[in-house]
This record gives sequence, C-alpha cells and structure tokens, in this order.
Amino acid sequence: MARITLDGLAHSYLPHPQGEGDFALKELNLDWEDGAAYALLGASGCGKSTLLNIISGLLRPSRGRILFDGTDVTRRPTAERNIAQVFQFPVVYDTMTVRQNLAFPLRNRGRDEAYVARRVVEIAAMIGLEHMLDRKARGLTADAKQKISLGRGMVRQDVNALLFDEPLTVIDPHMKWELRTQLKKLHREFGHTMIYVTHDQTEALTFADQVAVMHDGRVVQTGTPQDLFETPAHTFVGYFIGSPGMNVVPARIEGDRAILEGGPVVRLGDVYGPVTGRTAIGIRPEFARLTEGEGLPVRIRRVEDVGRHQIVRADLFGQEINVIAAEGERIPADAARVWFDPSHVNVYADDWRVTPLRRAQEVA
Amino acid sequence: MDKPVNQKAWFLVLPVLVLVAFSAVIPLMTVVNYSVQDTFGNNVFFWHGIGWFQEVLTSPRVHGAFGRQLLFSAIVLAIQIPLGVAIALCMPRRGIWVSVCLVLMALPLLIPWNVVGTIWQILGRSDIGLLGRALDAMGISFNYARNPLHAWIIVVVMDVWHWTSLVALLAYAGLRSIPQAYYQAAEIDQASRWKVFRYIELPKMRGVLLIAVLLRFMDSFMIYTEPFVVTGGGPGSATSFLSIDLVKMALGQFDLGPAAAFSLLYFLVILLVSWVFYTVMTTIDRAEG
Repeated sequence: MARITLDGLAHSYLPHPQGEGDFALKELNLDWEDGAAYALLGASGCGKSTLLNIISGLLRPSRGRILFDGTDVTRRPTAERNIAQVFQFPVVYDTMTVRQNLAFPLRNRGRDEAYVARRVVEIAAMIGLEHMLDRKARGLTADAKQKISLGRGMVRQDVNALLFDEPLTVIDPHMKWELRTQLKKLHREFGHTMIYVTHDQTEALTFADQVAVMHDGRVVQTGTPQDLFETPAHTFVGYFIGSPGMNVVPARIEGDRAILEGGPVVRLGDVYGPVTGRTAIGIRPEFARLTEGEGLPVRIRRVEDVGRHQIVRADLFGQEINVIAAEGERIPADAARVWFDPSHVNVYADDWRVTPLRRAQEVA
Repeated sequence: MDKPVNQKAWFLVLPVLVLVAFSAVIPLMTVVNYSVQDTFGNNVFFWHGIGWFQEVLTSPRVHGAFGRQLLFSAIVLAIQIPLGVAIALCMPRRGIWVSVCLVLMALPLLIPWNVVGTIWQILGRSDIGLLGRALDAMGISFNYARNPLHAWIIVVVMDVWHWTSLVALLAYAGLRSIPQAYYQAAEIDQASRWKVFRYIELPKMRGVLLIAVLLRFMDSFMIYTEPFVVTGGGPGSATSFLSIDLVKMALGQFDLGPAAAFSLLYFLVILLVSWVFYTVMTTIDRAEG
C-alpha cells in the first residue's frame, strides 16, 4: 500500500497541445493518503478515466510526475507499479475457472504453487466466491465477474492501490448496493488505498472518505461528502452533487448582502470584500424554506412529491429555483415567499466560490 | 384473445416457395431423377434403383478422389487458419495503415476464380512464369504438369494465396471487438504475450474462427475452377478432387446416372461434415460455458 502523489500532472491526447483547451487533464496537484478510500466524481468525459489510467500506468502523462510513497513511477510500466484495477466491464479470463482466474496474476509472477493455492482460497473467502472456485468464469453473473476482477487485484499482497473505473455500471441495481457495501467492508478490513471513479454521486459519497469532483479536465474540489454538500467550491459541484442541485442565482454582492436582479436583497451569513466578475449566490434546496412571512416572493410552478420530501419548483424574479419542503408540509398556493438560510448561502464569482472576509454580525 | 383466422395468408409464402422450387428443389430433383435411372440414348430412360449409388460407393476412382479431397481440405485448413490468425495479429489496429492493409488483403478475394487459376498456371511455368523461371534458375526443376508433388504444391499455395485473407479478415474483426480493458487487465496481471493470445484473444476469436473453419472447409471441399485451370486434375489424376472428377464423369464421359449419384453423395458428405463441425464446436463452446 502506498501514498500516491500527483505532482503537476497534466495530459493531452494531442502530440503538441497548444492552449489549455487541448488538455484532457489540466494541471493537477493531489496527495492521496495511504489506506484511504477516494472517489473521483464527474460527468462523462471530464477526464476522470484519463487520470485513473495515468495512475495505473496505462497512459503516460504529457506533464508532471506520479509518486508512490515518494518514488517517481511516472515512467514505470503498469506491471512495476503493482496496482490493481477493476474496469467498467468485467474482465475475466473466459476459459479459466474462478480459481485459475484468481491464481493468474500470482502464477505470472512465478509464485510457488502452494502459496498460490493458499492465497486463492483466502481471497475467495474475502470476496465471497469460495463456493464457486471450480466453475468456469464465463458463465457467471456480472457481479460475480466483477468480484473476480477485484479478487485478481487483491490476490497480490503487496498491491499499492486498488483502482476502480465505474465498476458498478453493468451490475443489476439490487446487486450494486451489496457490492458497494462489500467493497467498503474490504476497505475497512484490509486497508488498501482505493480510488474509485464514478459519475454516480451516491456511489462516490457512500464509498469514499474523500471525494474529488472533476469538471472539464480539472479537479474542482476535494473534500469529505459534507464539505462538498455544504460549501461547494465551484458551481459545478453544487449542481452535480445533490438532488436537485444547488440553486445558482445571479446577484451583486455588497458586504453581507446580495442584491438580485430586480432589486430584492438576500442576507448573507458572511461579509465579503469587493467581488468582481460574473457573481452569483448559491443556495442548496435543502437550505431554502417556503414561508408566508419573511423572504422573497416566488411563484410556485410545480410540486414533485418524491416520497421522503417534496421538491418545489418555483420562479424567483424570472429565475427558476428549487426548494425542498418536508413531506406533508402545506405548500402555500400562490402568495408564497422563500427564505434562504444565511449561513448556507455561498457566493460565487465566475463559478468559483469566494472566501468571505468574516462572519456577519447578525449571524455570528 | 381471438386471433383472426385467414388461410389466404399462405399465399404470402408462395413467392418464396416458387423461388426455392426453381432455384433448388427442381434442379436437385432432376439430379435425383438421373441418379436412379439408366439410359442407352434416344432419351429413353429406365429404372435402375440404387445401382448407381452402389457403383459410386464401391468405385476405387471415387475413393481416390475422396481421399485426395480430404487431404487437400485438411492441408489447406491447417495452413490457412493459423496463418490467417497470425496475419490478423500482425495487422495494425489504428491509423491509415488499417485501410491499406484491409484493401490489400481483400484483393485476392475479389479476383475471379479462373483468373486466379490462370495467374498461378502462368506463374509456375518454367518457360515463361516468374516463379517457375526463378526456381529453375536456382537449380530446382519445378514442373507441376509432370510431378504430382509439384502439382499439389502449386494448388495448395494457390489456395492459400487466394483464401488466407478471408480467414485473416475474419480473425481481425474478432480481434478488434475485444475491449481494450482486457489488454489493460492482462498488463496489470503481468500476462505474457503468449498468455494474452491464449487466454484472451483466442477465446474471444472462437466465434469467428468457427465461421472461418466452416467456410474454408466447405469452399475447399468443393474446389473446382482453380485446380482445373492449373493442372486440369493431373498429372494423371493426382489433383483430381471430387468436383473435377465429378465433372469428368458427368460431362467428359457423359455418365449421367453415376455422376448424379456421385453428386448427391458429395452433397450429403458436405452437409454431414459441416454439421459435425458445427455441432462439435458449439458443444465444446457450451461445455466450457
């Protein structure tokens, strides 16, 4: 197991990248602790698989270095990096049995048969496949195949990191949960460094200690699920995480007040210095509340009952916003108002979060 | 739910029936008709029962042709399948060379069969042919018209030249359909090149290779034009394969009865062998599943 450091990493699929737009992966500095579980979260084509392939050595970065425990491995082939990777589509060796599949990486490394046999049984018990060791791998279900892929990675004791590239894509919904739970358990028990690439926020947030959200070839924020939820560093993180995503409303920022288009004022929990560029406030639907007294007037367009709560789609001075109301809460017919919790209103300039100067007095 | 019943719908099948009748059933029945009758000319036929079948089945000449045919198909398959796979493995996976390779590979397949025969017939001649003269210059006296071994060599080489690209193209298609992740996983597992071939590429190509084997078997088993053009079945009857022998019998000697019986048996053998091939290979497939 190892600590993974990405130092000034960037990658372009073009031989001679010109501007920043040519880079599939923009310059990146990250430190991944030994034994932690990380998720790389982002929409398709945001560069997360590129990053994963660079870490595993299947792709050589255009710039920068990758360090495993401080050793530069940028130029080393995959085999020498000692990592394991589980792919989107289950990769198993069809003609082999489960046992042969699990033994394959060890036999290729010339380990003696007694060790291989012992280790295969150990791993099979870990991933819950001991009862089907002698079956051909090709006839198994997708989730069993994915477990074999995982097992082939974990069978090597000295593996530096386990990488997952959207491993649950082809798994039946009811098995997804189980597999993810099992992964989490394996992580707790054996403490491999795990990096999990996904576009599914639930997978990322439930699996990882730290989630790196990628957008347009860049890691826009790394943090705990709570950080990402409460203080999205970029409006993309706001949209992408949460259901529905964060409301972003264009506004002018003056001290601890945000002035929306058309004049209404929203109080902020913090005091900001001068903010320039395309400014907006971001507020999660969970921190907005429909009231009948205080707040700004909204016109309610639609109410969706999703079971645990209701999602209110409303119109705030021509801007569509979402508000989450408790299940069973009475939604005022038309003369409704919306109130934003000042301590959860974030300010964005050109999509990036602005750090406030200090707490506002009323709230502090 | 009640289904509407309309027996007139059967008329929709009629065009197919007519087509199949004229293209297959009626011609085949003519052959069946000949195979059970004898004639002394003047278009007068009389019943001969299974006499022709007995004659063909016990004829040393047909046995000889059958043996040569099996040997030819076996040799051709044994060369073309591995060679085709090897070529497919060497072909580039992306870039402009892919198209260049594909076009070059497809060329022999586009040449009419008797032209292929003519090309090799001339190529192998020691008086005017490039190959024949080159061999002659090297001190090897190559004469496919007189030496049975040489006749076999040129017929086999010609067939390999003509048809290996079909196997290669099929195998290439099979290779291209393997997701990149398999190769990446193999790299992570430190599999050697041979193991990648043995455990990833070969199993994934199984389907297309089955088709390749079947196609090549049937085609080679029915080969006529090319050896007919090059060697005419000779020297002697050294390269008289089943089709050549059959044509000699039917048109050369005008023995319509035995020839008809011969062609029916020929047809059944191809059907049988293809069926056995297919069944065996799909059973292996299922047994491993």
